[in-house]
Amino acid sequence: MKTPRLLWILGCLLVALSGLVACVAPTTPDAAEPMAEAEPEMVEIEYWQYNFEARVLAMDRLIEMFEAENPNIKVVHNSDVPYAEYRDKIAASVPAGVGPDVATLFYGWQTVWLDADYLVPLPEDAFPTAMIDDEFSPLVQASFVDGTLYTIPTAVRALAMFYNKDLMANAGLDPESPPTTLDELASQAAACTVRADNGDYEVQGFVVDLAAQDHHWFREVLVRQFGGEPFSADGQSVTWNSEAGQQAWDYLLKFKTELETGDRDLFDGSTQAFLAGRACFHIDGSFRLGTIANNAPDLNFGVVELPSHNGVQSTFGSYWTHGITQKGASDPARLDAAVKFLQFVTSDEAGSIWVDMVGELPARLNAGSDPDLLADPKLGAFAAGLAYAQATFFVNESDQRQALIDAYDMVVLGGEDQNAALDIAAETVQDILDAHYSQ
Amino acid sequence: MRLTLRQRQVLWAYAFLSVALVFFVIIRWYPALLSFNIAMRDWNTFKGSGPWVGLENYAAIWDDMWKPRSDVRAAFTNTLGYVLYGVPAQMVLALAVALLLDRIRVLSTLFRVAYFAPYVTSAVAVAFVWNWLYLPQTGLLAQVFDILRIPEQPFTKSPDQALASIVAVAVWQTLGYSVIIYLAGIKQIPATYYEAARIDGAAGARLFRHITLPLLNPVIVYLTVLSTISFLRLFALVQNMSPQGTGGPLKSTTTVVLEVYRKGFSSYDMGYAAALTVVLFFVILLITVVQLRFLTRRFEY
Repeated sequence: MKTPRLLWILGCLLVALSGLVACVAPTTPDAAEPMAEAEPEMVEIEYWQYNFEARVLAMDRLIEMFEAENPNIKVVHNSDVPYAEYRDKIAASVPAGVGPDVATLFYGWQTVWLDADYLVPLPEDAFPTAMIDDEFSPLVQASFVDGTLYTIPTAVRALAMFYNKDLMANAGLDPESPPTTLDELASQAAACTVRADNGDYEVQGFVVDLAAQDHHWFREVLVRQFGGEPFSADGQSVTWNSEAGQQAWDYLLKFKTELETGDRDLFDGSTQAFLAGRACFHIDGSFRLGTIANNAPDLNFGVVELPSHNGVQSTFGSYWTHGITQKGASDPARLDAAVKFLQFVTSDEAGSIWVDMVGELPARLNAGSDPDLLADPKLGAFAAGLAYAQATFFVNESDQRQALIDAYDMVVLGGEDQNAALDIAAETVQDILDAHYSQ
Repeated sequence: MRLTLRQRQVLWAYAFLSVALVFFVIIRWYPALLSFNIAMRDWNTFKGSGPWVGLENYAAIWDDMWKPRSDVRAAFTNTLGYVLYGVPAQMVLALAVALLLDRIRVLSTLFRVAYFAPYVTSAVAVAFVWNWLYLPQTGLLAQVFDILRIPEQPFTKSPDQALASIVAVAVWQTLGYSVIIYLAGIKQIPATYYEAARIDGAAGARLFRHITLPLLNPVIVYLTVLSTISFLRLFALVQNMSPQGTGGPLKSTTTVVLEVYRKGFSSYDMGYAAALTVVLFFVILLITVVQLRFLTRRFEY
């Protein structure tokens, strides 16, 4: 009887194959078999952040310390995903049943992640509200939704202005007196710009790059300095296209359209241009100190607070924050391990290590008010900025940023009237806000 | 029941072949069919599920098509642009290259490799290299233009040139494949036809027009259909050559597949994204059927 056996083999093959394919998704740590050797039972949690060298190194160090203190917890650190794909990868991991137990996210993404029920509230006993109010930077209040805390950061950051001392000296500017007002920034940037005969930029005075930090600078700094408010008091209406907003917008565009101090399409954007010694002034966060230390250690630069205008000082404050995912909360042992891990990475000790390695200031006021920190010639400008920093409440940070990038492109590439372009961007963002608040 | 040796061999053959079939059914067909279901749901990517909403996602696509500065409309018009520029350019260039390659004997393998190499290169790597070549001021093209005293061009940085710049790369990348298929087709044409025609006094362009071209018809149809489909599904190049992978500047390069990706994985609206894929599926189906119907000609000699 040959047939049945052959068919039998065929059938088995099919079943085996479909079984294989069904298991194609990598097994998650929860499938990790309980260790036979009795206690202490090993718990493995998976932690994700996007790839940013200084942060990865700092987190590796923290994990090492944490595991030494908690020998029964193993933290798998996934930092392979580049920034641009980070959110996409996380989203794709969910239906696959894999992904992080603890994830680091930009505070501006929290709304979108919560709309999808991706994050769970942090337990009140481990992170009491009163403790957050007293011991953490006021910026962290943005992590509360209706009084419930969902995420908590290791560090916070503010924007400040980086300046290249050598390029300033070459242009006959005094490298010890960088611009302190917007007018000075405009005039010094123009003076610092060097162009070849064919119009190529050899040195760019100042590059407006909305895809980098300049969209924050516009909303939270320039608009306020020209006498406006970026949003209505309840945060539900866009007001950065008011008359003050138009003046701020005009100031921003002027660097490209009138002063011609640089072009964000050169040298792969404003940040790379500054790192490569091709830009005199650059607005960025303290985290860039870590990048410069690692990638451009010879850059002769300084950092000052953002230029003021009409006597108004402002900066944009923000933070990358850590949350526990549904997957992390699905098993009590893992949730417990995740909470311990979060407590550790948001401790004073972690904050001090973080500021040394990454350049972001500790979110804990205790570690952040360290006098050595405030006196640091580079970190000082950021630390001072935190006192008056403003955080935007984002419904969808990337789409809100894209609206401003598009408005800039409409003017610079499409020849659109600048106020009309700003209104279009405001309308786009208002639609985003309306869609969120009408839910 | 006893099977003959031959029957048993056939059965074994099926056993081994079924591996590929099973793979295909589970990895390709099942998800494809599933997307028809997801398209009828308000499916959040993060949640991995969603309530049934019938045709709402399709209605939303339809509404979005007519909004000012609509992403979806830009995606469809650009995709059409990619096909209209890309397919003819690819067909004509590939045929020209194939005819030239068919003539040469010395170094012909080297040339074939050179033309085919981009096809086996990852689209992401290709995109990065071309990003550098296109770079304003410091890129190779900008420097060559400088030497030749031609004004520098913004290429992918300008809404007017970005689409054409990406088409050029896409054509360059896939040219090798079409060339190889053309070459195979050209080799199939019996030399006696040309000899007979020459005896009758035909030469050059007439040989090409009356012998080569008609006899290549099946190849041309096959390549047109295939390259149309590949341009309709353009994604990796656009994602890696437009600023922040958004299909810009000003949505000038976005494609339907890129919008599917952005809706599904950036806006987390998988239902809408699935509905968009279903629409694209029918567009591809329709275009392919029309092409097969109207391009196929029979020539008897």
